[in-house]
Amino acid sequence: MFKLLPDNAATTVTVMVNGKTVSVPQGFTAAAAMLLQGNGATRTSALSGEGRAPYCMMGVCFECLMDINGEPNQQGCLVTVTEGMRINAQHGKRMVAE
Amino acid sequence: MPDFDAIVVGGGLVGAAVAYGLARRGKKAVVLDEGDIAHRASRGNFGLVWVQSKGFGVPEYQRWTRRSSEDWVAFSAELQQETGIYSGHERPGGVTICLTEAEFAKRSERMAQLHLEAGNTGFDYEMLDHAALKKRILAIGPTVTGASFTPYDGHANPLTTLRALHAALLKRGSVYVPHARVEHINAAPNQFSITRNGVTYAAPRLVLGAGLGNNPLGKLVGLNVPVHPSRGQIIVTERVQPVLPMPTLMIRQTVEGTLMIGESREDAGFDDTTSPEILHTLADRAVKTFPFLRDTRIVRTWAALRVMAPDGLPIYEQSREYPGAFVCTCHSGVTLAAAHALHYAGYVIDGALPPELARFSTRRFDVQAAA
Repeated sequence: MFKLLPDNAATTVTVMVNGKTVSVPQGFTAAAAMLLQGNGATRTSALSGEGRAPYCMMGVCFECLMDINGEPNQQGCLVTVTEGMRINAQHGKRMVAE
Repeated sequence: MPDFDAIVVGGGLVGAAVAYGLARRGKKAVVLDEGDIAHRASRGNFGLVWVQSKGFGVPEYQRWTRRSSEDWVAFSAELQQETGIYSGHERPGGVTICLTEAEFAKRSERMAQLHLEAGNTGFDYEMLDHAALKKRILAIGPTVTGASFTPYDGHANPLTTLRALHAALLKRGSVYVPHARVEHINAAPNQFSITRNGVTYAAPRLVLGAGLGNNPLGKLVGLNVPVHPSRGQIIVTERVQPVLPMPTLMIRQTVEGTLMIGESREDAGFDDTTSPEILHTLADRAVKTFPFLRDTRIVRTWAALRVMAPDGLPIYEQSREYPGAFVCTCHSGVTLAAAHALHYAGYVIDGALPPELARFSTRRFDVQAAA
């Protein structure tokens, strides 16, 4: 479904997506890196628990919430990948420290 | 000419609650709603069903609010049964947080006054010190002095409540007309008609439930409704695991997990934009109350305009010039939704407001010129 433009894959960075080491093109967003793995759902809904995935890819819909470097509920489409970044699915509501 | 039992002007929480109240009594109402150009207080509402701050020096308001809060339980169940839509209502009690000894002392004094004024009605409350409060809400910060608690408080989702009211009134045969801003009313005692988009709606009763629009609309039927906008600003966070077992006056957690932070009041005319100064003040107090909020992501902010009478009380009145024309307006459209649906609609049908609502008459505005 997702195809890269020909000149897009020249330089890559290595990130961890759901614990798996993968290479993605430099300049990708965390959401794009997640989608590239082709696993379908990238999070579960905070209400119903249903699977969800990035939708608008421009910071509006909040469907791409993910845990990035240990910080939950981030909009993955607004975060550019960096070397060694840990990107994990967001499962339901985040915990808070009381 | 479509004939109705009542014309309700305004399709927000107040108008829709009264219209549903009419419909559940077998009356056919038509709701004329302005459209999304309107100020829409019901869409910006914080969502408290709140008792403990209402009616200092006005026990009638305390009683009316308390009655609505008690009715909310059955009202919410009824809406769910009628429509399948959950209002989000919960009634775990609520607290007003005090961050200093001075705030705590002032709060204690006010709660004691409310208790005194309640007389035979009774008024259960507790002043909780830090340790007692911590037992109920673990998340409070170390500098919180304490809080007042009453079991009467709760909260609801204003958006799903509004949706449920609309679904319920339609199901009961009433009619909703959007994009129907009202500028002219043909009025005679117990005989009203309004023409919008080529259709004339006629009914023996008219209810003004149009929020800030009630001010100009009232003049068309001999009602003095001096409401003005009072701006409130709200901060909304990401969804987190349940952390607040009950709402506070300023911060509540929705059933979806969102934390809402509110409780600002400003006179800003009809400007419904947010300002960094107010949002900063809200955030600062919120973090002092619940330190975990420091690491919680803000996803949006908004401002909305409360519908405020000069003395902050609701306005309930029937026109003396045009009997059958009523006004129903307040700044607590969520809290009073149950009372408006279950009681006020009945008074409209009866054609008379009961003595317990006399304190909310527009007559209270008539004496200003005496000085």
